[in-house]
Amino acid sequence: MIRLEKRPSPSRFWAGITPILAVIATMIVGGVMFWFLGKDPLEAIRTIFWDPLFHETFGPYSRPQLLVKAAPLILIAIGLSLGFRAGIWNIGAEGQYIVGAICGAGMGLAFYPTESVLIFPAMVLAGAFGGWAWAMIPGILKTKFGTNEILVSLMLVYVAESWLASVSQGLLRNPDGMGFPGSRNFKDFPAAHNAEIFANSGMHWGVVTAFIAVIFAYVLLSRHMLGFQVRLTGEAPRAARFAGVNPTRLVLFCLGISGALAGMAGMFEATGPASQISIDFNSGYGFTAIIVAFLGRLNPIGILLAGLLMALTYIGGELAQLMLGLPAAAIQMFQGMLLFFLLAMDVLSNYRIRLTRKEATT
Amino acid sequence: MTETATVDALLTLDGLRKAYPGVVANDNVSFEIKPGEVHALLGENGAGKSTLVKMIYGLVKPDQGSMVLNGEPFAPANPAAARASGVAMVFQHFSLFDALNVAENISLGMDNPPHPRELAARIREVSQAYGLPLDPDRVVGDLSAGERQRVEIIRCLLQDPKLLIMDEPTSVLTPQEVEILFHTLRKLTAEGTAILYISHKLEEIRALCEHATILRHGQVVDTCDPREESARDLAEMMVGSTLHVPSRETVEPGEVVLVVDKLDLKSATEFGTDLKQVHLEVRAGEVLGIGGVAGNGQDELLGALSGEALAPGAITLKGEDVGHLGPNARRERGLLTAPEERLGHSAAPDMSLTENALLTGAVRENLTQRGFLKWHATEDFARKIIKDFDVRTPGPDNAARSLSGGNLQKFVIGREVLQRPDVLVVNQPTWGVDASAAADIRQALLDLAHHGAALIVISQDLDELMEVADRFTALNEGHLAAPVPTRGLTVEDIGLMMGGMAEDAV
Repeated sequence: MIRLEKRPSPSRFWAGITPILAVIATMIVGGVMFWFLGKDPLEAIRTIFWDPLFHETFGPYSRPQLLVKAAPLILIAIGLSLGFRAGIWNIGAEGQYIVGAICGAGMGLAFYPTESVLIFPAMVLAGAFGGWAWAMIPGILKTKFGTNEILVSLMLVYVAESWLASVSQGLLRNPDGMGFPGSRNFKDFPAAHNAEIFANSGMHWGVVTAFIAVIFAYVLLSRHMLGFQVRLTGEAPRAARFAGVNPTRLVLFCLGISGALAGMAGMFEATGPASQISIDFNSGYGFTAIIVAFLGRLNPIGILLAGLLMALTYIGGELAQLMLGLPAAAIQMFQGMLLFFLLAMDVLSNYRIRLTRKEATT
Repeated sequence: MTETATVDALLTLDGLRKAYPGVVANDNVSFEIKPGEVHALLGENGAGKSTLVKMIYGLVKPDQGSMVLNGEPFAPANPAAARASGVAMVFQHFSLFDALNVAENISLGMDNPPHPRELAARIREVSQAYGLPLDPDRVVGDLSAGERQRVEIIRCLLQDPKLLIMDEPTSVLTPQEVEILFHTLRKLTAEGTAILYISHKLEEIRALCEHATILRHGQVVDTCDPREESARDLAEMMVGSTLHVPSRETVEPGEVVLVVDKLDLKSATEFGTDLKQVHLEVRAGEVLGIGGVAGNGQDELLGALSGEALAPGAITLKGEDVGHLGPNARRERGLLTAPEERLGHSAAPDMSLTENALLTGAVRENLTQRGFLKWHATEDFARKIIKDFDVRTPGPDNAARSLSGGNLQKFVIGREVLQRPDVLVVNQPTWGVDASAAADIRQALLDLAHHGAALIVISQDLDELMEVADRFTALNEGHLAAPVPTRGLTVEDIGLMMGGMAEDAV
């Protein structure tokens, strides 16, 4: 008989090693699935995990993509993780991402075609402000009226999407675009373009910001009183109040910072890789970032790795569809398996497995 | 009770053993319970009392050993089987639904409940017969702790038990309610029911029980007739060493440091108790003891003093109004508190002891610098608490949850005491703590008062309050009685104060 037994304290060793075990388990079970689909499992796994990085022809194209895709995921997930640690559930990062993109891009387009080095920093601030303000709506409603931030932030995603559709057909529409929806292309507006810092590296300002956010969150959580209060609130809310944490301020801080980071991510994406505001420029990063935050165990370093891994499976998955003709659903299954195994393996860090003989019946 | 004629013992335990990973809860436990006796099971926390009764009640299966009930082998697979064999148990923590009435609650706990009307009639009948007044139609949420216990007892009595197990039954009762309970228990034993009585209140055991089995580290270390031993002897049998009795030197009380005046506070929880016009004063070097049955506003009073609940204008510390200040601002000014609930309130269970030291120590121990944490200083503070208060743990990196109740309580009290408070408020400082740790904690509190701090000790343990407090008062439904000097107070006086009739008593 197998029994689970709670550990007195969570095991650091197992918490560190479970993600690796989960990736291995995903490869094995996913390989079996690919085999049943009539593909060579080893080749499929190699195409997903190896080729995007090291293949002679595809590598140079997909390596920069890894950073481009991972950066918004990491940036948003870092912000979300602070709230999740404190038990504040901002599910509406997608909405904050969109509003940040609209505000940031709008700030830039307002100055078209002025060329000034101040425009881009102003856009970053506007993007952060947009996301922050959008997150303050659930924040203030929660602290003033006790509404549920999950519902409010989620519903505001749909409001933001409608707003995006409206501005890309109206306010921000390219005047020279012959009536097509969508803003001016930022590639034609150098002062406002979030271009690659080094050519073909994928490294744009959003990537830099994501790395800074990782370091910021790491220092905050491990070395600062505010980070301690965030963790304490999540672990034991009553103890947090006893320790003098002001719940209202903490809710506003956590929602505000996750909104600001999501807003910046949106702004970097719209003015860089997407290069314009269009009805569907957002591609669900705000929702995927929730998964990334949990895959990374709400730990900044973990989120960095999880964001890169998630981006890899996206790029590798596309490659596998292209090269091996694997169905898109199989790739999604594979990504789902990864999440499933990671969360399931989590049990090992809190419990130990014990094999016991059947209890004697007297 | 026809079997009593043929079988000497009602229940015989033979060589029971139960091991959990890393700890042997019970080892080679053998004793017998005779029909119609009150048998005490004595032991410190962690001595294995709970595991033992859980085996008898079918909640846990023994690894080794056997039980014989009425001459038949007895191995209950679950509590229902134990109940069917005539074993009933009243738990220390009640399992009642506040929103349902008495009869509904009782019927939920029965294996095949009779018709509600019939059940109500039987409840009335049993409650009359055993002197336990209880109206089956009342909603449990409105009942006092003593009345709730009656619900549990009557639930057991309806099953006609041969053996009734009672786990710490008097911890929630006033002295008068204890008398009623003892009266009921004596009536039951006169009818031949055996009672296995678990308690750490030695005076009660001496008053009630004919036979005591003492457990230490999971083994039976002694048996005795508690009526022939002194409470101190019993305690020493339990602990296995000479017990250190806290000593105190009386000091002349100094200035009034803390004044609470006309404190009205609405409870944050639905079944909590609102504080009504609470007034109290404490002087430097003095210990004010606040008794009362749990749920009469103790948590609310502690919250109002700690700053978790704000009470503008009602609390004055050293002449300064602090009622509108939060917990850390009050700590800065010297008002420290230690709530009752260790896991989740005074400590965060999954955080390390170092982090838990930071939890209240950040302000007074200077553990931050411009918001950044000084982990080394914090760890040193945690180490100091562990060392000075003899907290048994491998080190400050261990999670609070991994400590035993007594050790964690020593850590929590030590954390506040070492911050040199001007006023320290503690709620249930030795609840669930073994005798020697409790003695250490009381000594630390007395030493603190001796060095000039003002202390408020909120406790349900009257012996504890008699031991440490200079003045005594009690909370009853959110009212605080006028404090009286502890010396010369009788149990009757205390009971009346706890029952809210202080004016008549004093």
